[in-house]
Amino acid sequence: MKTLMLGNEAVARGLYEAGCAVVSSYPGTPSTEITEAAAKYPEIYAEWAPNEKVGMETAFGASLAGRRSFCGMKHVGLNVAADPLFTIAYTGVNAGMVIGVADDAGMHSSQNEQDSRHYAKAAKLPMLEPADSAEALAFTKAAYELSERFDTPVLLKMCTRVSHSQSVVETGERVEPAPVPYEKKAAKYIMMPGNAIRRHPVVEERLKQLAEYAETCPFNRVEEGSDHKVGIITSSTSYQYVKEVCGDRFPVLKLGMAWPMPEKLIRDFAASVSLLTVVEELDGFIEDHCRALGLSLAGKDVFTPLGEFSQNLVAEKLGLPVPRGTALEETIPARPPVMCAGCPHRGLFYTLNKLKLTVLGDIGCYTLGAVPPLAAIDSTICMGASVSGIHGFLKAAGGEMDGRTVAVIGDSTFMHSGITGLVNIAYNESNATVIILDNSITGMTGHQQNPTTGFNLKGDPCTKIDLETLCKAVGIRRVRVVDPYDLAQCEAAIKEELAAPEASVIISRRPCVLLKYVKTAPPLTVDKDKCVGCKACMKIGCPAISVRDGKAGVDETLCVGCNVCQQLCKFDALRAPGEV
Amino acid sequence: METKNMMIVGVGGQGTLLASKLFGRLLLDQGYDVKVSEVHGMSQRGGSVVTYVRWGDRVCSPVIDKGEADFILSFELLEAARWMEFLRPGGRIITNTQQINPMPVITGAAEYPQALEKRMAEAGVALDAMDALSLAEEAGSSKAVNLVLLGRLSRYFDWPEETWQQAITASVPEKFLELNRKAFHLGRNS
Repeated sequence: MKTLMLGNEAVARGLYEAGCAVVSSYPGTPSTEITEAAAKYPEIYAEWAPNEKVGMETAFGASLAGRRSFCGMKHVGLNVAADPLFTIAYTGVNAGMVIGVADDAGMHSSQNEQDSRHYAKAAKLPMLEPADSAEALAFTKAAYELSERFDTPVLLKMCTRVSHSQSVVETGERVEPAPVPYEKKAAKYIMMPGNAIRRHPVVEERLKQLAEYAETCPFNRVEEGSDHKVGIITSSTSYQYVKEVCGDRFPVLKLGMAWPMPEKLIRDFAASVSLLTVVEELDGFIEDHCRALGLSLAGKDVFTPLGEFSQNLVAEKLGLPVPRGTALEETIPARPPVMCAGCPHRGLFYTLNKLKLTVLGDIGCYTLGAVPPLAAIDSTICMGASVSGIHGFLKAAGGEMDGRTVAVIGDSTFMHSGITGLVNIAYNESNATVIILDNSITGMTGHQQNPTTGFNLKGDPCTKIDLETLCKAVGIRRVRVVDPYDLAQCEAAIKEELAAPEASVIISRRPCVLLKYVKTAPPLTVDKDKCVGCKACMKIGCPAISVRDGKAGVDETLCVGCNVCQQLCKFDALRAPGEV
Repeated sequence: METKNMMIVGVGGQGTLLASKLFGRLLLDQGYDVKVSEVHGMSQRGGSVVTYVRWGDRVCSPVIDKGEADFILSFELLEAARWMEFLRPGGRIITNTQQINPMPVITGAAEYPQALEKRMAEAGVALDAMDALSLAEEAGSSKAVNLVLLGRLSRYFDWPEETWQQAITASVPEKFLELNRKAFHLGRNS
């Protein structure tokens, strides 16, 4: 059947059709929908793991047990899972195993734009790189064949534009591969030095065989062109931009297999054109390989390593006509993402700003606490870095910053990578105050369950990890819960914990206001007679509040009656319905 | 057929994704090659959002670039102005006249530009501006702005209303079907 699917949904369809049995992932834009879509197939066991390393090891365990498995993550997630990655490259697989990784050129929702293709080369693993949804489906299925034929995990590399674009796919039937019986094979699966030394040559030999396979792999193809003055090697979404602007004019070598690369195919292609050009987003990965083959070419000297490409960028760099549009002359005010009206993080960040604290931040919706007027975050690095970072910060400051510094981290991020940092705080005894922003969901990626929510990926009730008990078990004696809608309570708790002579955890607990089960209150109204236009209510950066003609106004379509603004009004001008 | 381009722009949370899914489905049913490119994640949080819909015999790029859009369907006036440069010469902007203040305007760091409709028209844009919010409310919910705008858009295509209504039936949950069908009808006949 022909249907429109997101690239991510097409990967999930590929998992289904290939008979994948176990999926374990951590959500991360732009990869999240692969696992969400996989969970809709009853034949697939799918789960959210606490982090990508756990997901990859779970998928490896499933492969070891003899069933086809998958783990999915965003580019930075692969850093977390790099440890198992490099060693399962040695062990190989029992049943097929595929690792999905989605890059985010342009950083639509990421803290860096690293290029995951380097991992394939560094771990000596094959990587397939689809350019649309049809390829995403086909490559996913082919990845399992490759995995089992060459006894290797296979990387499937997506990117924002392939993951989040719908295009036409033709769906097929599911195959049910017979489970591969598990046999104990110590020399293959126990990677202690004596065994690993014997596995490394196997990895090198496998890479040679894969490079030979790449020469005839149907996903590496030459598309002929009429004008051989220029020949373009490209892959992924860059291929689409090239075809958009060049059509069939220049010959194109499209690489669907990102690693290893086909040496002979590339050399023959290069010999057939006058100017070899490599068009690839982010790093010059194909380019470096071509240069190592001694080929001269145009690459990153022409095409930027920064951000996403587009058809106009490719046209301009190739000297082709570029369409132009007309803009208004004046600057249009930016519309950056903001914390939602009623977001439980708002009151907490207002308090941190008010107390002028140094705040080590983390990864999630609450990174928006860095934006004015809240402007309450000093650093954001990666998952968990707030909790580990505050410990080093306080140790280095030798007591100077005690009582003035906090770490903030979300519930899901804490379960992902915050716990180990908290163990360090307890074990090596710093006087850190860690605030867990518990909104009872993984918010930024679009509401995924996590170990603290009490529900699994399929929405079924399951064991709920209790944050208070966990923090106490780790060795933190001072653990308390506050309601971030209650500003006085928040401020008092933070002051108290900062003053305490030991480490503490404050759990700022209130569910994300966008969760369906959250009951919101009616919107507030402004008593225009009482409002003096002092703008105190504007200090929380709520999109529902604005000041016009010297008086505050509340947008009743946005306001959810959280009452945080009301607590800032000294003139009693903000009213809940029924209040006098 | 040469590839046709439509951008759907608005503010995160306004329902632009449903509009693009519905339109993409309709185009697929008409036998076109289709690509629909969406934005997920961080930028959905009340930020400026854009969806690209492209259709034709063979669609390559999933995105639309400056000077390429045949239509821009805008859910908010400022967003129409923001993306105007993506319109091709001779293209058309269909926009809701609703104004939603972005954070720099709320905080007073910037002003919401005045007379945008007039100035876009003066810049040569074929502009079809409408109060989609009022019609959505008339249909039963302010959230139905997306279907009102799709209704207005439908007037620029030759397909009968039934073709559109079929795509709506296939894309919208049963519970909201009547509301959405009505909103579409009001937009189409506005």
